[in-house]
Formats: sequence, C-alpha cells, structure tokens
Amino acid sequence: MSNHTTTQAEFQDKPMWSGGRSPFDVSYGKLMMWIFLLSDAFTFSCLLVQYGAQRFSNVITPITSNWPNPASIFNHFPFLHGLHLPLLFVSVMTFILILSSVTMVLAVEAGHRNSKKEVEKFMIYTILGGFAFLGCQAWEWYTFIHEGARLYGNTFGITEQGYAHMNSLSFGDHFEWKNGDRTVGPVPFAALFFIVTGFHGFHVFSGVVINVIIYIMTVRGVFERRGHYEMIEKTGLYWHFVDLVWVFVFTFFYLI
Amino acid sequence: MSTVALKEEDSHTHDHHHKESFVSKYIFSMDHKMISKQFLITGIIMGVIGMGMSMLFRLQLAWPDEQFGILEMLLGKWAVDGKLDPNFYMGLVTIHGTIMVFYVLTAGLSGTFSNLLIPLQVGARDMASPFLNMLSYWFFFLSSVVLLSSVFVETGPASAGWTVYPPLSALEKAVPGSGLGMTLWLVAIALFIVSALFGGINYISTVLNMRTKGMSMNRMPLTIWAFLFTAILGVLSFPVLLGASLFLIFDRSFGTSFYLSDIYLDGIGALENVGGSPVLYQHLFWFLGHPEVYIILLPALGITSEVISTNARKPIFGYSAMVISLASISFLSFIVWGHHMFITGMNPFLGSVFMILTLIIAVPSAVKAFNYLATLWRGNLRLTPAMLFSIGLVSFFISGGLTGIYLGNAALDIQMHDSYFVVAHFHLVMGSAAIFGMMAGIYHWFPRMYGRMMNDTLGYFHFWITFITAYLVFFPMHFMGLAGVPRRYYQFTLMEDFSIWGDVNKLITVASLVGGFAQILFLYNFFNSIFRGKKSAQNPWQSNTLEWTSPIEVRLHGNWPKELPTVYRGPYEYSRPDRVEDFFPQHIKDEGFPEILITTESKVAPKKVVLEEPSNVFFTAIKRIFGLSR
Repeated sequence: MSNHTTTQAEFQDKPMWSGGRSPFDVSYGKLMMWIFLLSDAFTFSCLLVQYGAQRFSNVITPITSNWPNPASIFNHFPFLHGLHLPLLFVSVMTFILILSSVTMVLAVEAGHRNSKKEVEKFMIYTILGGFAFLGCQAWEWYTFIHEGARLYGNTFGITEQGYAHMNSLSFGDHFEWKNGDRTVGPVPFAALFFIVTGFHGFHVFSGVVINVIIYIMTVRGVFERRGHYEMIEKTGLYWHFVDLVWVFVFTFFYLI
Repeated sequence: MSTVALKEEDSHTHDHHHKESFVSKYIFSMDHKMISKQFLITGIIMGVIGMGMSMLFRLQLAWPDEQFGILEMLLGKWAVDGKLDPNFYMGLVTIHGTIMVFYVLTAGLSGTFSNLLIPLQVGARDMASPFLNMLSYWFFFLSSVVLLSSVFVETGPASAGWTVYPPLSALEKAVPGSGLGMTLWLVAIALFIVSALFGGINYISTVLNMRTKGMSMNRMPLTIWAFLFTAILGVLSFPVLLGASLFLIFDRSFGTSFYLSDIYLDGIGALENVGGSPVLYQHLFWFLGHPEVYIILLPALGITSEVISTNARKPIFGYSAMVISLASISFLSFIVWGHHMFITGMNPFLGSVFMILTLIIAVPSAVKAFNYLATLWRGNLRLTPAMLFSIGLVSFFISGGLTGIYLGNAALDIQMHDSYFVVAHFHLVMGSAAIFGMMAGIYHWFPRMYGRMMNDTLGYFHFWITFITAYLVFFPMHFMGLAGVPRRYYQFTLMEDFSIWGDVNKLITVASLVGGFAQILFLYNFFNSIFRGKKSAQNPWQSNTLEWTSPIEVRLHGNWPKELPTVYRGPYEYSRPDRVEDFFPQHIKDEGFPEILITTESKVAPKKVVLEEPSNVFFTAIKRIFGLSR
C-alpha cells in the first residue's frame, strides 16, 4: 500500500513501537515471509521429531540400535560403480545447494545496487543450482529404490558384526542375524527418508519455480520500474531457509 | 449496504479507488469487512449444522430405545426404523466436534473478529495483504464443503472422534467411517490449515506493521492483543498437525506404518508392517490440540475485555496484567499437551511435569477472571445483550475452569479421563464460554458490521434461555463423569451401572433441545436486523476504540475517507473525572479541559473533601492499588 511507505518515511524518527511505522523497518511482505518461515520451521520440526521418536524407539541398548548405518547405504556415486564412497554424493549435493545460496546472496546484493544485469546473472546461477540439486536428489532416490527401499518395508539393517556386538551387550535378549549381510531393519527407515527428503525436495522445487518467476520478472524489468528489488530479498529468505533445513535433514539422515 | 465512491480530492489517500462488481464486492472481496462477514455467516451456518448434529445424538442418548420417525425421514439409511445407526452416531460425534472446534470457534470466531477488528482498531486501511486474506476465506470455504461432503459418502463420515487417533483413522478397514470419510476429513483439515496459516500470517503482520500514528503496543485494545496471540498460536501449532496428518495420509494410503503397531483385525494381523506408535500421533496432535483450545478461547476473552470495559464504563482492571496473562497462557499452552495423554502409558515423571505446567495455567486464567470481576465491580453497568453474554462468559470461564484444575491432575485423571466429566469441563470452559464470547462480539459489533442495531428484547431472551440451558446441559454431566460414565458411548441402557442415569440424560437432552431451538431467536434477530434493524448511531456504545470513527453508514474500502486517525491514549479511558462525557475516544487530542467544567457539570465526580486520617493512609493506598477507591 503506497501510503504506508510515505508514513514510514515520515515517522522514521519516532520510537520503534509507537505506531505509524514498522517496528522492524521492514515491509509487510518481508515480515510475512519471516512469519511463514517460522511456521514452516515448525512443520519440519514435526517431521524431524517423528524421525527422532521412531529412531529412538529402535535403540536396543544404550549404545546400540538396529538403525541402519547411512554411510554403508549412501555410498554410491554416478559412473563409479562398485566403489565404496560413503556420503560423497550427498556431500556434493549439499555443496551445490549451499553454493546456490551464495549466488542468491550475490543476487540480493546486486539488487541493492539496482544492477539488473547482475541480478539476472546470479538468479540464473541460483536456478541452475536448484535444478542440479533436484537432479541429484532424483538420482539418489532412484539408486535407493533400486536397492530395495520401499515405503512399506525396509531391507536395510545392521551387519552381522553389529548383531554380534548387540548380543554381547544386551541383557538376555538374543537377536537373530539372517539374510546375507542385510537383515530386516526398522520398518520406517526408508519411509521416513522418502517423506522428509521428499518434503524438503518439494520445498526446493517450489523455490526453483518461484526463482524462475522472479527471474522472468527481472528480465521484463518489473523491479526496475518499481525502483527496488525487494522481491529478490523475500525469495532469498525462502531459499536460505530451504538451505538451512537441508543442513538439518542432512545431519539427521546422513551423519548421525 | 452501499459502497460510495470517494470524492476526487480524497482519492489520493485511498488505495482501492475502483468500481466494484457484484463478484468483487460480495464474493471475491478483498475488503476485510466483507471477508469478516463471509467468515461469520459461514461460521453461523456451520454452527447450526454442528448444533443440529449434537441434538440428534442427544436424542439417541436420552431415548435409546424409542423410534423417531423424523430421524428416518431426515437420515434415511442411517436411522432405519427411526433409530440412529451406531456407526453414524460415532460419525455425528466426530463431525460435531470437528465443526465446532475448527469451523465455528476457530474460523468463525477468530476469522470473523480478527478480520473485522484488527484493521479497524489499529487504524489500518485493510489487512497487510488483502489478497491472502481473501484466499484465507476461500480455503476455509473449500474446507467446509469437503468436510460436509464427507457426511454424504456411503460409508459415512469420519468416526474416530475429532482427534482422529490411529488406528481408527489409519486403518481403512477399522470401522466404516475409516474409509473415504476419513480421507475427506484429512483433506478438509489440510485445507483448513492453509486457511489458518494465511489468516494468521496476515493478522500478525497487520498488528505489528500497520498500526496508525500513536497506536503503540500498550495502547492497543485487548481484543487486538488477544487476536495477535491467537494468530501466533495458530501459525506455530497448525503446521505440526499438518505434519502429523501427512504421516497419517501415508499410513492410510501408501502402506507406511508410522502410527501402526501390532494390530489384529478378526484375529489376524491387520498389517504386514508394524513398528510405528499410535501414541506418537497423539503427541503431535495435542501439540496442536492444546494451543487450539486457546486459539478458541483467547479471542473470546479479548472480546469480553472490550465489551465489559465499555459497558461497565470503567477502565479495564489491570491492562498490563491482562496482556501478560494472555502472553503467559499462550506460552504455557505449548508445553502442556501431555495432560491430554496421562493414561497413554506416558512415563509418570513426564506426567508430573505436564501436571505442574498445566496447573500453572490456572494463575494467568485466574488473573483474567478476577480482572473481569474487578472491572465490573462498582461499574456503571449497561446490561446490553453483549454485556450479558460477556458476563456469561466469565461465569462459564470460572465454573469450567475450576474443573480444569481437577483434570490437570494426573492422579485424578485415572478416574476422570474419557468420562462425561471431561465433556462437561471443555464444553463449559471452551465451548460455551467461547460461543458466548462470539455472541457478545456479534451483538456488540453488529452495528459496526451492518450499520444497524439488533433487537435487544430478543437478545435478552436469547441470552437467558441459552445461559440456563447451557448450565442444565453441562452441569449434570460432571456428576455422571465422576460416577464413571464414559463419553462417546452409544447406548447406556445396555449397561446396568449406567442405566440409572437415564433420567439425567433425558433432562440434558430436553435442555439441549430447548437451548438449540432458542438459537432460532438469534438467527431471526441476526438476519432480520441486517435488513430491517434500527439504523445505528455512529458510536452506539459510546466506545473509545477506533472502529467507531470509521463511517458505518457506508461500506468504505479503506475504512477512513480522509487521513487515518491519530491515537493519543489507551482504549479504556472511561469515566475520567476531568471529562464531561464518560468516555474519551482514542483519536481525540487532549486539549486540557479547564477547571470550570468541574464546577458546572454534575456528571463529574465530586472532589474528595474528606481528608484521610493519617492512620488510614496505608489502607487507602491498598484500596487505590486494587482500584476500589473512588
């Protein structure tokens, strides 16, 4: 609303919360984006709490659980069959996503300088980074499903040594090890992976779509006419948030 | 109701200077006032449906062996020979709860009054984003349609209770209502969450960002504080339900087993996969579910603060205490969800933590109740229908809140969980209290919404009948609950221990029928007054707040024809001794009235002539602190 920008300028010297101005000196749109992100953070927290609860319910002894070791599952890399490269591919994915966050920062910074050319350039990089990440995730899912991961079951478990270790520690219970070097592990393992990374991937996908829209608007000079590139900032907030969430997803699903 | 185009010279302050077609004015309207009316009328329709359902299952509980021809006429195969089908009984209970909790008391109450009052009372031209605001309503509408359509599917509506615990909600074959009806329920709730999110984000940013000049946070009416905290609760707790229902949908439709453990149906394992935990769903649900209770209650409390202060012609007692209690209730509501789950096998230590936190909520709640009473104390009461409903809310809030202290106790909960005691408790403190707050709001702000007055006489009848029948319905349930009568049972005559409650059940049903049909008075009054009510004055209640400074004769998109009003003081300056009138609107500058007024006007309180005895100074100070000294 145009009159609000004028009132804001007029009352900038007023105390922060006295009314007639934004207490944080932000437009309502940016404020709404922050509130939305806060809310979305709770959605992801819910998903990760679900993950944590189900993982902890599979703890058998204080230091052992039959939760599969991610490093022995996510050890594939495209074109390098048969090599044991634990978590290398997902590290590359993470690196790509963080890199796209960097280019997003550069786009926002270029927007502050009203440099249309540079905004376009860095938005393109960001969009490419987003697509690359989505492509990597597709390959990751494909490989995972190929190895037998399903929503309704789980073929991954811990190894014979793991079971022997568990039996040596457990108090009375004896755990049978069967089925080659893999046994039937905790059922929700793969399902949780699909839902949480899928939900995150959905966020990345929406982010890419938004970025493309913003890019088209930049090319058509919408923001140049508007005189500011605040829209880039708002999209940037969302993009960094998605990146931040990935750090948590990565930590919970791959590292620990 | 007509929209008047502004004069040319004013249009520079008016952002929405456009011609409105029927569709953009009444259907896809972006004007917060119209959206609030849409929320209200949808909420009223949903309320009538939800209440009608409760009357149907009350009939069953009172006369389980009778046959009502009218039921077969109304419900067809769900009431063969005029006797309610047990599965449909469960469906009715579920949908009644869902409609009342989410559709009437969340969207209908908070949606209506947040939309109406936030921009008007903080002095903004509209919501921060009118477009999202419109989407919020239409997602809510869509959600209502989906939920109501679930009543018409062949296997019946969702029937796992409004909390939809798995496995009844996760296994499609558990009960008939676990089929398509349950899926539609989940879809409806997902849409509802989107609506609540759009609304909540909008409300928070409007309150924070768009207050007019001089409207600092401590000059905001308590309604706005209440709506702000409500929106914060909604924005932070609804996403968790979204996550939980996402997992539930996967359990239902894609073969996962997040919420399913070893379950047997007809003696064989119902699932190939196990390993989930139904209790986990309960944790996630009640992480929404408990804040949801306050999402329902806080707007009603905010409305009551405003109505009681205006109609007692006294400043609200303890403004900052009211705000702090709202804040602490909101904070505590996030960390007490476990008290809904004391007997799920939760670790007793955890239970005692939740118990202590729960009982702490009694402190801010009591602060609010006593502040209402202290505001009423020695006030110049104007018993308008709105005021009566507000006082009714205080009554319900106290009598229902006291039983909350019983139920918050983990040990007592072993006896009282899932009994009629629980039903009585939450229907009084959250159901009736919030409905009364909503009614108070409707009677109070009807002139602001439609420019006309509601009929007072009908309002008084409506209040007294509703108030008495509400107590007649819910008070006896305490005794039933203490005796161990479980909730959600279809027919008590089958069990000898419970059949002694037959007469009480009949009393409750008769009272609920009387109370239910009394709402026709309200409906008639409401819809008749929209078209034929007495024209209202600009400020009919002589209130201080800003919404009465925006012209109510015409619907103006932009709220104020010229500049936005500037605020000079808090909203509750009633009966100031130095003023001729007993109210002092927020937007009027204090010109410093000269002494002469004090001598000429009889309305002004006389100066204290009696000097206090030195020995009484301490007690006078104490009295002043508590607002008892005039």
